[in-house]
Amino acid sequence: MKIIAFAEQRDNKFKKPAFEVVKAARRVADQTGGEVVAVVVGSGVRSIAPELGGYGAHKVVVVEDARLALYSSTAYATIVAGVAKTQAANVVLLPATAMGKDLAPRIAVKLDAGLAADCTALTVDQGDILATRPVYAGKALTEIRVKSPVKVFSLRPNVFTAGTSSGGTAPVEVVEVPLTEQDFRSIVKEVKQSSAKLDVAEADIIVTGGRGLKGPENFAMIEELAATLGGAVGASRAVVDAGWRPHDEQVGQTGKTVSPSLYIAVAVSGAIQHLAGMSSSKYIVAVNRDKDAPIFQVASYGIVADAFEIIPALSAEVKKLLGKQ
Amino acid sequence: MKFAVCINHVPDTATKVHVGPDGKSIEKTGVNYVISPYDEYAVEAALRFKEKQSGEVIVLSWGGDAHKESLRKALAMGVDKAVLLKDDSTRDSFGVARALADYLRELAPDVILFGKQSVDYDDSAVGIMVAEMLGLPSAAVVVSMEITGGTAKADREIEGGHEVVEVQLPAVFTIQKGAYEPRYPSLKGIMAAKGKPIEERQPAPMEAKVETITMVKPPAKQAGKIVGTDVGAVPELVRLLHEEAKVI
Repeated sequence: MKIIAFAEQRDNKFKKPAFEVVKAARRVADQTGGEVVAVVVGSGVRSIAPELGGYGAHKVVVVEDARLALYSSTAYATIVAGVAKTQAANVVLLPATAMGKDLAPRIAVKLDAGLAADCTALTVDQGDILATRPVYAGKALTEIRVKSPVKVFSLRPNVFTAGTSSGGTAPVEVVEVPLTEQDFRSIVKEVKQSSAKLDVAEADIIVTGGRGLKGPENFAMIEELAATLGGAVGASRAVVDAGWRPHDEQVGQTGKTVSPSLYIAVAVSGAIQHLAGMSSSKYIVAVNRDKDAPIFQVASYGIVADAFEIIPALSAEVKKLLGKQ
Repeated sequence: MKFAVCINHVPDTATKVHVGPDGKSIEKTGVNYVISPYDEYAVEAALRFKEKQSGEVIVLSWGGDAHKESLRKALAMGVDKAVLLKDDSTRDSFGVARALADYLRELAPDVILFGKQSVDYDDSAVGIMVAEMLGLPSAAVVVSMEITGGTAKADREIEGGHEVVEVQLPAVFTIQKGAYEPRYPSLKGIMAAKGKPIEERQPAPMEAKVETITMVKPPAKQAGKIVGTDVGAVPELVRLLHEEAKVI
């Protein structure tokens, strides 16, 4: 089995999901006697390519062009599908990030391949890959098989472990993929990063505030706790709909589905749509005045009390533990 | 300018999901179906573009007769024409995209809109697959966009920020919650929608490339322990997170 692993980079640095995808590809390859070819697309990315060997890539194919410094869905898809064809790959793995989710469907069509999107587990069964993927925002899990000769999988970030690099490097092959004007009909002109903000979809710790916080000004204590823990701020739908917080922080069925190691729900009642989006978190802490709030049904640890009393004390206690005081 | 919006008819997000008798799909009895929420933003976006620069909005959906309910809702919101690509089979995203693309090739709209994902199978794939099948550029997860002549400038959400994407029309866009809060259909709109016909087409059959083997409920979370009911519980909570859960 020859597996293409798309290693996403931005600003010529690999994103964590790039390592997760390469490592997942290697796990499958080891079970099927296969080979992992990582693909890096960008401008001036050759120098970072070898480090993918430390996560299990047997070889890294690099495609460079000044026009690829910023993302273009059409051009990137042409390249990855092109490399998959020349390498005669049977499987293409991508991260289910904003970029990977945009690329995977195009690559699937170019390769006449079935797509298993946003997978949370891959297992090998009699030489074939079975994928687990949540549906209905995690209210149910499906096990699926891609039947086409070439198969495309996108992997949910933060679920597959990349571990640390072995320190090894992989040989790099720089490849030319012909691109035409047609490939650049959709181009990114500008990237606006929200002041180094950690996204809930990428965070390992999330502190989410709900309507019980009474107003946007009270999110200061949520931000403080999140910062103390090195985590991201999340928001319930009610809070986003009220305009207290931006939509990119929303967790739940019409927001983001997350599975961090630690999810702290503060003054969140736990509507079914919210629970669907965060129940797969490893540990859940709920702080709510209402002992009957549904959030307690999924919480590993609960405190039935007023968030305004608990959260500042919790920040202080965590600071004490981490020696930040 | 011609705008097409593709919508899906899905269980309301408040639905408690149970696995159906086939063990591969959900139990449909007693489930309330609605336009997929992101598709509703796409309908709203199309209506606003039309209001700004005139044109025609066509809404289409692949699926069974039940989808007519969502198509009617879109008509009530103000779209000009509704088309059902009628098919009772089960399809994967590739198959749905193929049915939509075949019709859209003939329709040749300038702008094709989808919701960023359908809130049932959450593939986030059909819209982009349609773009690729039609050889069109696209921008996904768009929170707001502007159309000027033959170009669209779209603001697309990425991790921790936004990308401003310039796209040449004709093109496909998948819409995220943002600038296009959907309108409520007016009484006049609802009445007018009742009289509008829904065109039906028979899409060509297509074999699935992806097969669902099983569907199960995720393992139920066990409610854990209530650590306390006042601020005195905080040190114990931190100890548990540090020593038992080892997450901080």
